[in-house]
Amino acid sequence: MIRIAPVIPAMVLAGSLLTMPDCAQAQNDPVYSVQNGIVDQHTFNGYRRYGESCHRCHGPDGSGSSYAPSLVDSLKNLNYEQFAQVVINGRQNVTTSSNNVMPSFGLTPDVALYLDDIYGYLKARSDGKLERGRPKRADD
Amino acid sequence: MIRNVCGPKSRMDQRGINVARFRTSLLGCSILLGLGSAVVLGGPAAANDELTKLQGDANQWVMPAGNYANQRYSALDKITADNVGKMHPVWSFSTGVLRGHEGGPLVIGNVMYLSTPFPNNVFALDLNDNGKILWKYEPHQDPAVIAVMCCDTVNRGVSYADGKIFLSQADATLVALDAKTGKEVWSVKNGDPAKGETMTSAPVVVKDKVLVGISGGEFGVQGRMTAYNIKDGKLAWKAYSVGPDDQILFDPQKTMSLGHPVGANSSLSTWQGEQWKNGGGSVWGWTAYDPALNLVYYGSGNPGTWNPAQRPGDNKWSMTVFARDADTGVAKWVYQMTPHDEWDYDGVNEMILADINVKGKPVKALVHFDRNGFAYTLDRTNGDLLVAEKYDPAVNWASHVDPETGRPDVQKQYSTQAGGEDHNVKGICPAALGSKDQQPASFSPKTGVFYVPTNHVCMDYEPFKVSYTAGQPFVGATLSMFPPQGQQNLGNFIAWDASQGKILWSDPETFSVWSGALATAGNVVFYGTLDGYLKAVDMKTGKELYKYKTPSGIIGNINTYMHDGHQYIAVLSGVGGWAGIGMAAGLAGDTEGLGAVGAYKQLSNYTQLGGVLSVFSVD
Ligand code: HEC
Repeated sequence: MIRIAPVIPAMVLAGSLLTMPDCAQAQNDPVYSVQNGIVDQHTFNGYRRYGESCHRCHGPDGSGSSYAPSLVDSLKNLNYEQFAQVVINGRQNVTTSSNNVMPSFGLTPDVALYLDDIYGYLKARSDGKLERGRPKRADD
Repeated sequence: MIRNVCGPKSRMDQRGINVARFRTSLLGCSILLGLGSAVVLGGPAAANDELTKLQGDANQWVMPAGNYANQRYSALDKITADNVGKMHPVWSFSTGVLRGHEGGPLVIGNVMYLSTPFPNNVFALDLNDNGKILWKYEPHQDPAVIAVMCCDTVNRGVSYADGKIFLSQADATLVALDAKTGKEVWSVKNGDPAKGETMTSAPVVVKDKVLVGISGGEFGVQGRMTAYNIKDGKLAWKAYSVGPDDQILFDPQKTMSLGHPVGANSSLSTWQGEQWKNGGGSVWGWTAYDPALNLVYYGSGNPGTWNPAQRPGDNKWSMTVFARDADTGVAKWVYQMTPHDEWDYDGVNEMILADINVKGKPVKALVHFDRNGFAYTLDRTNGDLLVAEKYDPAVNWASHVDPETGRPDVQKQYSTQAGGEDHNVKGICPAALGSKDQQPASFSPKTGVFYVPTNHVCMDYEPFKVSYTAGQPFVGATLSMFPPQGQQNLGNFIAWDASQGKILWSDPETFSVWSGALATAGNVVFYGTLDGYLKAVDMKTGKELYKYKTPSGIIGNINTYMHDGHQYIAVLSGVGGWAGIGMAAGLAGDTEGLGAVGAYKQLSNYTQLGGVLSVFSVD
């Protein structure tokens, strides 16, 4: 919360962020847990939010597409800070030869509120701890 | 900026504006309808005559699907099953754009016209001078629209009529250009990207009107088809897919569905409360026209949110074939293929009009290969259902379609509604990509057979609860896709008998076939593959006669034309679209158990981005 507050444009989400316990906890880079192939609730939520908001460009399971880079690869280099920066503010690379638009999600509650979860899920994929496809939940 | 409308406060304002706008447009619509019928008797016939005549000239390729019947057939026969083996590329043209290239060029006289994905540049190329650029049109669009395009920034081509080229821009602007100079004649705003409304499909000109649909099924738009006067871009009619009767242009007594009048509020009564306002039913496929019946035919897309539990009811008229009066837009008949969709089986695939024998009787048929895996043969005069059979044996979500009610017999095991929210339903075939997506099939009047590019992919699907925010995805399901159990090929190119509902032959392909087919009088059928091959196969057997690897994967449609006594085959390559997004890195499960085969399935190991037009000949 403290880290991403400066880059959130306007106050729109500030109130709700403060009430989110999982956001407030994040002192260090968000973590994930994968045990015997079963993920914790946050990581599963990250998978779901990824599916809702990122899949259509970054491809299934964060593995990249003809349209946007593989985030499984990106997270080998990007730390949480850098990840959050891009996702909150977006990034446009529009020139005569390229039309890359990474939208800004700073005002999208479904993403901004669950940034830690999305990062955790992608990090698990990037660290090779999670296979392709839907992760298993404890209550499956 | 698009993002400005996403805050909770301004979202309310936005909604307020929307409601107001619907009302205004309705008023405008009925007034214009009156005007429209008065105008029909005057000048408009000219453009219609011109196009109706031109579509019969095999030397040119004057509309996206080749003819009004959407047949993608050419009577040219210089390139034959005997000599196609000698075919070779003769010239090529780089579009300078990297994104997925769907659609294909038009050929009018000695000029070829083509459009690119975003930024939607249009080129006029001189066929008398090796494709020299006669003019180039570069729209200025806010790149923010890219953020609300579902699956790549594709554009499925331009249309021609009355000395003008019509372009559907990504940002929902419809533009008319002077075909000689490329100068803008008029432009009109057909939608609002801030709400996720965009345009990807090719416009179609019918008589004095140009018809355009709206994309945005993953953003909870209220889908519609809109007609503008080709002369000045004035609104002629607007027909929503979902909503009150006056918005969907239904006549409760005269609009028919499977032989019965639809009755009042046929759409509203199948939605809870105001859900229809984000009800989807987007219109982004290929439109057909029957001049004798004066009807236009097209399909509507998925209902808003992929989570079926959130929208009880049949969700009419999403997933529907519409037959509308070309002058007024009023629906003559409708048929909903997938009531209460639970799998994202959009109904937008092309309607092919063909006069064929069905079970021994001559019929004015409409043949449609739906995403849901069933191929439908309907009587296009009244919408009666004649045949509905699976065109991929893998299809399992429904056992059959009831010939009386027209409803699919959904298998509980594969019902994501029965499974409920937060339940992962496994092994559904086909995947959301459908047994076929928008890539159009072809029909040869000579053989009476349909030639169809298909997908052979299954999925797991888990719905979850979402809320609507203007301009944000309204999806509510996660899915993973994989090949049908025990199979390696993700696609097939098939020949289909629409009378019996039977596959005649089937050519397996490594990847989904995502290119529009072309059938010719030379007994050759052409299609392109995702790994970049242009292929020519024997019409009777499907035997491969020729292949050539173009610079990138093909998701464009194959065309043909004559110039200076030679027959040419033209195709855009440039991988992307939904296929590029789903398959670049291979499918889930490819790497589990399949090992090396999984890696082999990664499209990115075969092809990279880049738009190029390739032109072939045998001489
Ligand atoms: C409309 C398409 C689109 C959507 C939706 C989208 N992205 Fe992106 N994203 C891109 C593109 C294109 C780039 C590359 C931008 C560039 O070239 O600078 C990118 C880049 C990124 C990067 C930087 C990668 C790097 O190596 O520098 C991150 C991180 C990222 N996206 C995360 C996300 C997340 C998380 C989501 C979902 C919440 C998301 N994106 C949704 C298109 C998209």
